[in-house]
Amino acid sequence: MVNQTNPHAAYLDPILARHRHNPADLLQILIAAQEAHGHIHTDAIDHLSAALDLPRAKIEGVAGFYSFLHLKPQGQYRVLFSDNITDRMLGNMELMNSLCSQLWVEAGKVSEDGLVSINTTSCTGMCDQGPALLVNNIAINRLTQERINAIAELIRERVPVSAWPAEFFAIEDNIRRRDILLDGHFQSGSALAALLQRGSDATLNEIKASKLRGRGGAGFSTGMKWEFCRNATGDAHYVVCNADEGEPGTFKDRVLLNGYADRVFEGMTLCARIIGAKQGFLYLRGEYRYLLEHLKAVLQHRRQQNLLGKGILGQADFDFDIEIHLGAGAYVCGEESALIESLEGKRGTPRNRPPFPVTHGYLNQPTVVNNVETFAATTLIAENGGAWYAGIGTETSSGTKILSVSGDCERPGLYEYPFGVTIAQVLADCGAHNTQAVQVSGASGVCLAPNEFQRRIAFDDIPTAGAFMVFDKTRDMFEVARNFIHFFAHESCGFCTPCRVGTSLLCNMMDKLAGGHGSPYDFAEIEKLNVLLQSTSHCGLGHSACNPVLDTIAKFRPAYDKRLAQKDFIPAFDLDRALSQARQMTGRDDTGAHLERNHEQS
Amino acid sequence: MSKANPPSFTLDGKTIPFGEGQTIIQAAMDAGVYIPHLCFNPEFKPHGSCKLCTVKADGRQTASCTQQAKDGMVVESDIKEINDERRALLQMLFVEGNHFCPSCEKSGNCQLQATAYELDMMSPHFDHFFPDRPLDASHPDYLLDFNRCILCSLCVRASRDVDGKNVFALSGRGIKSHLIVNAKSGHLADTDFSGDDKAAHVCPVGVILKKRVGFATPIGQRSFDEQPISATPHPVVKGA
Repeated sequence: MVNQTNPHAAYLDPILARHRHNPADLLQILIAAQEAHGHIHTDAIDHLSAALDLPRAKIEGVAGFYSFLHLKPQGQYRVLFSDNITDRMLGNMELMNSLCSQLWVEAGKVSEDGLVSINTTSCTGMCDQGPALLVNNIAINRLTQERINAIAELIRERVPVSAWPAEFFAIEDNIRRRDILLDGHFQSGSALAALLQRGSDATLNEIKASKLRGRGGAGFSTGMKWEFCRNATGDAHYVVCNADEGEPGTFKDRVLLNGYADRVFEGMTLCARIIGAKQGFLYLRGEYRYLLEHLKAVLQHRRQQNLLGKGILGQADFDFDIEIHLGAGAYVCGEESALIESLEGKRGTPRNRPPFPVTHGYLNQPTVVNNVETFAATTLIAENGGAWYAGIGTETSSGTKILSVSGDCERPGLYEYPFGVTIAQVLADCGAHNTQAVQVSGASGVCLAPNEFQRRIAFDDIPTAGAFMVFDKTRDMFEVARNFIHFFAHESCGFCTPCRVGTSLLCNMMDKLAGGHGSPYDFAEIEKLNVLLQSTSHCGLGHSACNPVLDTIAKFRPAYDKRLAQKDFIPAFDLDRALSQARQMTGRDDTGAHLERNHEQS
Repeated sequence: MSKANPPSFTLDGKTIPFGEGQTIIQAAMDAGVYIPHLCFNPEFKPHGSCKLCTVKADGRQTASCTQQAKDGMVVESDIKEINDERRALLQMLFVEGNHFCPSCEKSGNCQLQATAYELDMMSPHFDHFFPDRPLDASHPDYLLDFNRCILCSLCVRASRDVDGKNVFALSGRGIKSHLIVNAKSGHLADTDFSGDDKAAHVCPVGVILKKRVGFATPIGQRSFDEQPISATPHPVVKGA
């Protein structure tokens, strides 16, 4: 099958060499191949299949899983509008429609001249400075009509993205409240020096004593996770940092990686020393591709300081290095076992557990997977001790938590608080007024009404991975829930029946309600689906997919009631809507082109 | 092995012994007790995707094909709550694809259809998706009708793990997940698929069909016409 004259070999061979022809790097190779050629060409797959000794169906299967990988040609300019609810609230749909009409292209399609494709994508982690988009995977924030007009002109003139005005690409950190972590006077190597002085076992004991719990949302004890992994036997141990920050409304890891990467990498190195790992990975979501060069530079600097590589800090038996792997648009890869599958170059399908990654992780070897913020926090503990850390926050939730605040408030951005802060306090600090609701921990989290604003951010009250989206009284909470449900359907991996089919059914039901065809029957259906997804889904995505609807039905019922025009069941099929394609084709929208005229625009 | 009491769990009150490493469904099948399932096949490593085999183990719902049996475990399977959920999962599978049993050659030998009868599924309940899934009739001896695919991946596993061929794979994501074949053209004829492959004979529904044997066994005399699926979950199908 090896074809010496394959025209794609010229750019593929250096990529393959860089990845040592390692099939476990397939996803990284595909990402690089697409960056070189615009899409993954069918002839390129021939070459990769032969070079990696992988069946082409497997390569196509992997490429087909990730939203950012394309097996067909895309526009020379690939524009993806972030479509979190916060972007919607800032008018992203109007801006996208404007760009589409200026460039004569339909959303979701490639323009006829192959110049541009425009579509939406899941939250890009820029909610504090939206509306946001990605152009050829590079982020542009704070979109305005003026900026959209300028982008349309740049694309029409075929100006390379690298020559677009630099201010388009400015990304703010927006740190509004600093505590022990973001206050950040960090001397590279200080945590490692403390570890070497104290010893690995004693440092692990400090981490256990700190009562640090994972910051990705699940809240598992970090010390116990490291201990389980250290005690597990295997050919090699691995450290993985989960920087696949995909939960809508979360952007704290982006800021940590931008300004505190040294701490994050040092936390990973602490873990490596304790569990006995020689190799670490940072799995960076594709939306944060723009951080890659910066992160590589930080790693290189640490190698020069003898904080990574062979014989770290003069310890002959202390070798460790970190590789960065990119994601490619798949929220489910934030689930740790799906992330490991993705690291191994596969489709990001969550594994059956047990066994858990601490014993059977990357390449089935003992692996610690922790969140960016967790690793950063461990450096504080190594420096200052477990008792000091445990003294901050609450009894069950020690230390601080960084919140990504966005939505209807004067000062969106990052807020670091000791655990135990009330929702009301955060709202006061960020300048939120007339608040109707707060969605904590993203689409899969919890929606809180004003009578709950005295509740606290803590594992035993309101646990969170960090998102904090504020909605004032002008917002329609039904549309918030509908946006989240569409997100889950788009991001479902498709492995298990209930989530694959159930999330799409739920989408259709919410769209039916939005179209004014809902009845109490549909409410009962939604509740039945929720029970089914919670009890039978394969992973957390399916378990929590109905949360936004159930929360908003329970707490913001009027938003639903006003859509219940019907008392009795009516079918989702709508004769008049079925004519919409004909109307579009004929350019008509007069009354004669409609079957009935009693449809109210809501 | 000389212990007086081998490890066991109870399944709907019945004591089921199990061997080391066995999952709930494996032990149950060995004991002749049926738990509805589609992506599970005793010849293959459990996969855990269809979720039809969901049971309540010590009060917690879990897929019985991947859940390790534990001594003293109390498992509930044939109860209304669980069967209602299984029926809803079946309905999801029916509306996700295009299933027209009366014209399907696999009717009567189809595990999806038989399981729906077993669980008294009277209607598809949900709105149909009516996906567009073209057939692949390129192969001289076999036909692929993707309309009926339930994404159990048994053919993927059989081809990879038994035949050593990798003829099939899954691509896409979410509701757009779909079966593909290992050929640049995307056609089965251009793969190394053969009727002798294990993969040719594991499809629980009617995707992978042998050509020119249509209705060799009349409807009414097929496996699940004669016995319900709970009696013979994996019958040897004549002529397949």
